Amino acid sequence: MNRTTHPLEMIAAWLLALLWLAPLAYALWSSIHPAAYATSFSLSAPLTLENFARAWNQAPFARYYLNTVMLVTLILAGQLVLCTLAAYAFARFKFRGSGIAFALVLLQLMIMPDVLIVENYRMIGTLGLLDTIVAIGLPYMASAFGIFLLRQTFKAVPVELVEAARVEGANALQVLWKVYVPLARPTYVAFGLVSVSYHWNNFLWPLIVTNSVESRPLTVGLAVFGAPETGVDWSIINAATVMTMAPLLIAFLVFQRQFVQSFMRAGIR
Amino acid sequence: MSSQIAIPVPKPQRARAYAWRNSVNAWLLLLPAAVLLAMFTHYPIVATIQHSFFITRRSGEPLFVGFENYRAMFEDSIFWQVLWNNFVFAAGTIPTSIALALLMALWVNRNMRGRGFLRLAYFTPTILPMIAVANIWLFFYTPDYGLLDQLRGLAGLPGWNWLGDQRTVMGCMIVMVIWKEAGFFMIFYLAALQQLSPDLEEAAAVEGAGRWYIFRRITFPLLMPTTLFVAINAVINSFKLVDHLVIMTKGGPNNASSLLLYYIYEVAFTFQDAAYAATLTVVLLALLATVALIKFGYLDRRIHYQ
Repeated sequence: MNRTTHPLEMIAAWLLALLWLAPLAYALWSSIHPAAYATSFSLSAPLTLENFARAWNQAPFARYYLNTVMLVTLILAGQLVLCTLAAYAFARFKFRGSGIAFALVLLQLMIMPDVLIVENYRMIGTLGLLDTIVAIGLPYMASAFGIFLLRQTFKAVPVELVEAARVEGANALQVLWKVYVPLARPTYVAFGLVSVSYHWNNFLWPLIVTNSVESRPLTVGLAVFGAPETGVDWSIINAATVMTMAPLLIAFLVFQRQFVQSFMRAGIR
Repeated sequence: MSSQIAIPVPKPQRARAYAWRNSVNAWLLLLPAAVLLAMFTHYPIVATIQHSFFITRRSGEPLFVGFENYRAMFEDSIFWQVLWNNFVFAAGTIPTSIALALLMALWVNRNMRGRGFLRLAYFTPTILPMIAVANIWLFFYTPDYGLLDQLRGLAGLPGWNWLGDQRTVMGCMIVMVIWKEAGFFMIFYLAALQQLSPDLEEAAAVEGAGRWYIFRRITFPLLMPTTLFVAINAVINSFKLVDHLVIMTKGGPNNASSLLLYYIYEVAFTFQDAAYAATLTVVLLALLATVALIKFGYLDRRIHYQ
């Protein structure tokens, strides 16, 4: 597509891009300037990290960070193990009931744990796990999306490679570990990035099952901190907002290509 | 395609034993995921339907009430309102964000100066947490002090309580969600555009077809599978996306911005009425099931050229 672009279209594309970045730029601006400059944009406004310091001191953000990191790690680790095993079963085993079992897995693509909040809350309560990080992660670990994505990838692995490993005496699990898993690396990266982004940002379910600083992830901590009732300054709330977004945003800026390609790969099923 | 590993087995007896062992192995591999799926997807779906036919007595004992909860739901004006709101929300966000996504993808796919930057700008809202987005936009919509009212002030207009007025609150939510989602949908169009053969377009250009004609008659029809895929995802999202309400409006004013899932959350965890929350969840499940049936039963069969 080497056709030239009309200058007007070019201007429109750029205007839209600037408009799209404006809310984020605004949050950054007000987070690094004193509250007095929250709405008056002047180049002479003094820079400050005061808002970050105050947000950091007014709420246990260090703990929230730790919780979120533990949460996304736990979920991803669980997903990688469970989805790999299940995808392997669906991709390379012929067994009775596999069609129905796969349909039952795919059901979760349409009816995600996000909408089953009432019964899942009851289930977590029965297990005695309320207000724990495990409780936030458990409903998401058997990810239908991960199983589906890996099954597609595994199915494309050449049978010759598998047979060669068999001839050398590898059993089913060794074949999985030595042949399938290394070949599926791009899928793992794509799935990992999508999963971490999703659970870093997830909010409603963690809000429901957590009730204390020890288990609350960043998003819930931010909501508690920024609730209008608390009467905290906009600039400080914006600093907290920026802190919540920063790790993912920086990762995205650094690994832009991988992010975009991962979301693309994950979307084309 | 025979993807199963064919290992020659000499006797039927051995074959049966092999098949049996194969099945056991497969189910063992599935077991951990199956247990969690059963606990957090299948059982909850069944339990939701079951609980919608009971109420909890003061003693804590469940009491079977038949369709009583459903009758109460049909008489609940808030239920009809949130259902309608969900419809308005979907109708307001989906077509616009899809159209914008397509436009963005067409732009980014060109050899335009700074297209890397454009792609970055369009995509960035996708990776932000909805709750952070709500915080930022809440400030834009704040009466008098907020950015939107300051702009109105420049034009000499008085302040407006954007989120506090039933007429403007849904529009405010819709604009914000379009901003959040368009870049995400752009990715799918971009992927599809990169797979289209440029020959068709070039041939049409040689024949003297205009750009709008080429888009309307060639590019857009070829992108139809992507459009349908994105539309299905957008519909599902419109039922899931309620995080912002917790921060911005709590469903108000007067339920004008509430959505079905948010209402379920309120009924279950604020009003502590699990039976009614289950009944409302059945409606949400039915809606999602309908979307699933349309997707798997109809669209997947018709769209075969992807």
